[in-house]
Order: sequence, then structure tokens, then C-alpha cells
Amino acid sequence: MKALIWCAPYLVKVENVPDPKIINRRDAIIRITSTCICGSDLHLVDGFIPFMKPGDILGHEPMGIVEELGPDVDRSKVKVGDRVIIPFVIGCGKCFFCTRGMWSACDNTNPKSYIGDKLLGAATAGVYGYSHLTGGYAGAQAEFLRVPLADVNCQVMPEDFTDHQLVFLSDIYPTGYMAAEQCNIQKDDTVAVWGCGPVGQFTIRSAQMLGAGKVIAIDDEKLAPGRLQMARDAGAITINFHDQWVYERLLDLTGGMGPDVCIDAVGMEAHGITKIDAAYDKVKTMLMMESDRPHVLRQVINCCRKGGTVSIPGVYGGLADKIPVGALMNKGLTIKTGQTHVHRYVPQLLDYVRQGRIDPSFVVTHRMPLSQAPQAYDMFRAKKDGCIKVVLDPAA
Amino acid sequence: MIDSSVSMEPRIKHNIAPPREAEAMETDGHKNVGSTERSFSALVGGCLAAYGITRGSLAGIALAGLGVALVHRGVSGQCKLYDALKIDTNGTNSEQNVEQALQTRGIHVEQAMLIDKPAADLYRFWRQLDNLPSFMHHLQSVQVLDQKRSHWVTKAPAIAGGSIEWDAEITRDEPDSLIAWRSLPGSGIDTAGQIRFSKAPGNRGTEVHVSMEYVPPAGKLGHWVATLFGEDPRQQMRDDLRSFKSLMEVGEVPSIQGQPRGTCTGSGERATNER
Repeated sequence: MKALIWCAPYLVKVENVPDPKIINRRDAIIRITSTCICGSDLHLVDGFIPFMKPGDILGHEPMGIVEELGPDVDRSKVKVGDRVIIPFVIGCGKCFFCTRGMWSACDNTNPKSYIGDKLLGAATAGVYGYSHLTGGYAGAQAEFLRVPLADVNCQVMPEDFTDHQLVFLSDIYPTGYMAAEQCNIQKDDTVAVWGCGPVGQFTIRSAQMLGAGKVIAIDDEKLAPGRLQMARDAGAITINFHDQWVYERLLDLTGGMGPDVCIDAVGMEAHGITKIDAAYDKVKTMLMMESDRPHVLRQVINCCRKGGTVSIPGVYGGLADKIPVGALMNKGLTIKTGQTHVHRYVPQLLDYVRQGRIDPSFVVTHRMPLSQAPQAYDMFRAKKDGCIKVVLDPAA
Repeated sequence: MIDSSVSMEPRIKHNIAPPREAEAMETDGHKNVGSTERSFSALVGGCLAAYGITRGSLAGIALAGLGVALVHRGVSGQCKLYDALKIDTNGTNSEQNVEQALQTRGIHVEQAMLIDKPAADLYRFWRQLDNLPSFMHHLQSVQVLDQKRSHWVTKAPAIAGGSIEWDAEITRDEPDSLIAWRSLPGSGIDTAGQIRFSKAPGNRGTEVHVSMEYVPPAGKLGHWVATLFGEDPRQQMRDDLRSFKSLMEVGEVPSIQGQPRGTCTGSGERATNER
């Protein structure tokens, strides 16, 4: 089959590899019909997350048709021919964490738990195509995908919606939703969202659905054209940090108090190279003295109102410097974060799609053949051609 | 007879009979080099001697001398340096020596794991010792010989002969709560260990505690070198316990062995040597 593989920082290729096969008795093989490029794939491709090996297949946002099931899969949950989305975190449904809704902390799906045990203190769940820190599973930017514990990890979808309306239930829609939901938003709250990429877009809409009084979206109009407009289309107030001071504008928009909820939907590869601390991060990461560039996180903590909540759906991988713990502690902030517990949200968010409360396909700007994935990565990284979200078609 | 109070408590070290160093050391000509190490020593010594003689120089003669010493060490199994450092990499052959070896040269490893199953289920699976290779990655096989005794084969580096075998016996067996075992004298490795199952708070299942002592075949130095290369026994035990947990809670151990991967040269392959 065709698959997109990582070979070196900034170098991905489409290569022919063997088709996946059933390894454990509860596995499924999925024929992928749509598979997306995620912002966090850029962190992997660009070498910000260690534990990638040349030849690893990338991708973790797929949907498709069940082709084959292992002998022990519970057929009352999933059958051959079912249309399914695959949550990017692999859950077991049985461990302490899964049974309490913390699916991304699953104890039983990471075959390389020794890496997480050492790096993070405790290994987290397996994830498709997301480095050996999360198990080294082959990814989903391919024609076929092996799904472990298929009766837990295949989420059966209705037939009367398009791929583009459903595929984002695998990651970015639940990720954006959880980023807002975990902040306990009240009706008069102001919610500020840093980063208007795909996750930021779903965060903005989720904050509105959860009753926020005002949503403020922050991005660089010049660097990433089209994103702030997409946020304005949803009804958000926008701050273009290319020519506006974020802290001053936020105080101005909140009567001098600061937003109640501040959400970092950017993560470790923040730009903002005009700021002194961002330049400091760039030098330190180049010297391999720091793995993450937490420029946005610093600003988020600094801007949040006293006693407010900071939510971090943006991905960080390792260590970061100069986090303002003084502001964090003295202002009494609450921090909410985590890889998304996708399984917990899928039924509810699918209902929202069914009810017409949201049509997730709004975020798609490009659909391209899988064979053109390397070009798609370049376009997505450079934010060329108004690129916000790319969906790859393995059959094209 | 084996004192049944031995090797029962988590800290085995404090419960072993006091060492009798004088007795062990008094015999002159005491063999203190293990068999693998002896072959290695003789081989390297022979090469060094041959190379030294062909050189013919003063340095060559010195090398040849060192080579001859190594050959002697390999053939006789005796090493003066090891005597001076009180190192012994040779196997043991009496019960007393097993205890003594564990105490003076043993590595102690402990791990705990919370498993969401009743203690009785976990005990039952573990007590069937031939189940152990299904989640212990370094074990090749365990053959149950009778109610108490079993024969173990584990993978080992090629230099150590590719595998290590030993007979073990269960020294304590408390249904649903504890199993303790120890290698029998004359085994390829000296080892003792125990597993305890205790109820976790509320509905969290069972806390499993494993502790183990063993004398590393290549001595403490070998253990230290192995740790440098990622073969950390503490992490190995944690990985094995994690696999036990997955097998008990989910019915399978997660694996990526045999999945597709790219080669970056255009052909693709299947992942091997992965788990």
C-alpha cells in the first residue's frame, strides 16, 4: 500500500510498504477513505518531538471502512463493512483511566511504555503515527490502518453525512471541544483563544456552544491569512498580533480585568519571532537546550484574569524555560490540559452534527491525493494558499 | 534444609543467614571465575600471547606475558585479582552458597503495579508458572516439574551462551496472596523472588508487588554495563508487570511486531524486533 513516511526532519516521502495485517486477536484492518494532516504532525516532521525513527508512517486522523476483523472482536460493536472514525488515542476501555473517562492516559495500549515511564514519569496511551513515545504504531496517512482493540476503538458512523462532516471526530473537533469544556465556562465569561488553526477554530465554536459571553481569537493575519476571518465568521472578536499588542487589547476588551478563560491552541512551535522571549526560545531550541517554544503559554498565563482558567490543548513535548510560575501562583490560576480523551466526546459531538448545530466540514480548505502528501505538508507548514486544513484521499 | 522464613519478606537481604566469608575463602585454589568468562579469558589470552610473540619487541613480550596469564586464568578458573576484590563469577553448588551469593553479589529489584482484577484471578494465573513466558519478554519457557519444582529457560546475550537455564522451587505458597520461589543449588543463575497480591482501596482492584534478587551472570560490573545499554532490570520488571496487567485487564499484550514501516529507500518492510 501507499503510505506517508518520515525520513528526517523536514523530509517526508510517499512510499510503498507492506499492507498491515492482524497482529492481536481483537485487531481490525480499516480501508481509509479520508485522513488528515494535523498541526501536531508538523511537530513530529520538524523534529520537535524526539523518538521518531526513519521509516515511521505518520497520521492519526482517519476514517474508513472496516475490511477485516480479528477472531475475538465483539461483533455487536463493529462489523466488516461498517463506516468508522478512529480516535487518535488508542484506549482499552478497561483500565483505571479509561473507566474514568481519561482515555488518553490508557495504561494498556502503549507497547513502548518504558519511554514514557522515563520521560514523563508514566507512559500515556498508544497513538497512531505519533513517535515511539506513544508506542510506535504505524500511522493513518496510508491506504490501510491496523486498529487494536477494534470493538473499543472503531466508532461506527451513520451513512448520511460526508467524510468531511465526520472525519474530525477522530481528533480536532473533540480536542477543540475538550479545550473549552474543561474550563467550566459561565455565561458572562470572556474566552480568549490563542491560535486560529483547526483546533482553535473548533475551540472558538465550542466555547460559544458552551455559553461564553464573548470569544476573542488571536492569530497573525499576515503569517496565516484567512484564519482570523474564519474566526470572525463564527462571531469571534479578533486580535491580529501582527500589528496589535495582545495584552493591551485583551485588557481593553475586558474592562481591564483580563479574560476569564485563556486557551493555548498553539503549542510548542509558536512563532511570534518579534518578541524577545520568542527569540530566546528559538536560540535555545536550536542549541538543543530546550525542546519546546512556550512563547504563547507565557502570554496566556500573563493575560489571564486573577483566579481564571488556563487550558492547553496545544501540544508540548518536553521541557520549557521561563514559565511565569509567579503569575500562575499569585493570581491563583487553574491549569487544565491533556491529550484529548476522544472516546468520551464522540457520541455527544456526533449528536451535535446530527442536530445541525455544527457542520465540521467548514474547516477544510484542501482535499488532495495521498500521493501529494509531501507537497501538502509544505503548504500547510508555510500556510500558503490559505491552507487551514488538508484532508488526504488515499484512493485518488 | 531450606529455612522457610528465608526470602519471604520484601527485603530479602536482611533475612538471609549471615555470610561465612572465611569458610568460602579458606580453600586455596578456589574457583572464582564463571565458565563463560573462563572461555573468553582463555581465548583473548591465547590471541594476545600469539600476537605478542610475533611482535618480538619488548612490548610484544609484555603482551605475551599478559596473554599467558589470561590463559591460565581461563584454564584454572582462578583469578588473584578477583580474590583480592572478593569477586566471584562462578556458579554456586550448595544451598548455603546460594544464600550467600544472593547476599554478597545479588541485585535487588522491586516493582508494584495496580491491576483491576481480583487477587484470586491474578494469583491463579501466576501460580500456573508455564503462563509466565506469555508476558515476561526475556523468558523462553517454564516447565512445571511437580507441585513445587519447575525448570526455567531465559534468553541471554550470545556471549553468555544464548540462554540461561535453572531449576527453581516454590518456597512459600499462600493462595490468593503470595508466591515465593528460589533457584535450586547448581543452577545457571542464583535467584530468589516473591509476588504479593493485596487488595487496593475501594474498587481499584489489586496491588501487585514483586521483588526479586539475582546474581548477574557477568557480576555487578556486567550488570552496570548492561544498564548502560538499556537492559535495566528494574525497567524490565516494570515492562513485564505492565504486560501482565494488560493481559489480565484486556486479554492481550499491546504489540506492533510485524506492522508495516517504510525504509526511506522505496521498498518498505515489516517491523521486527519490536514489541
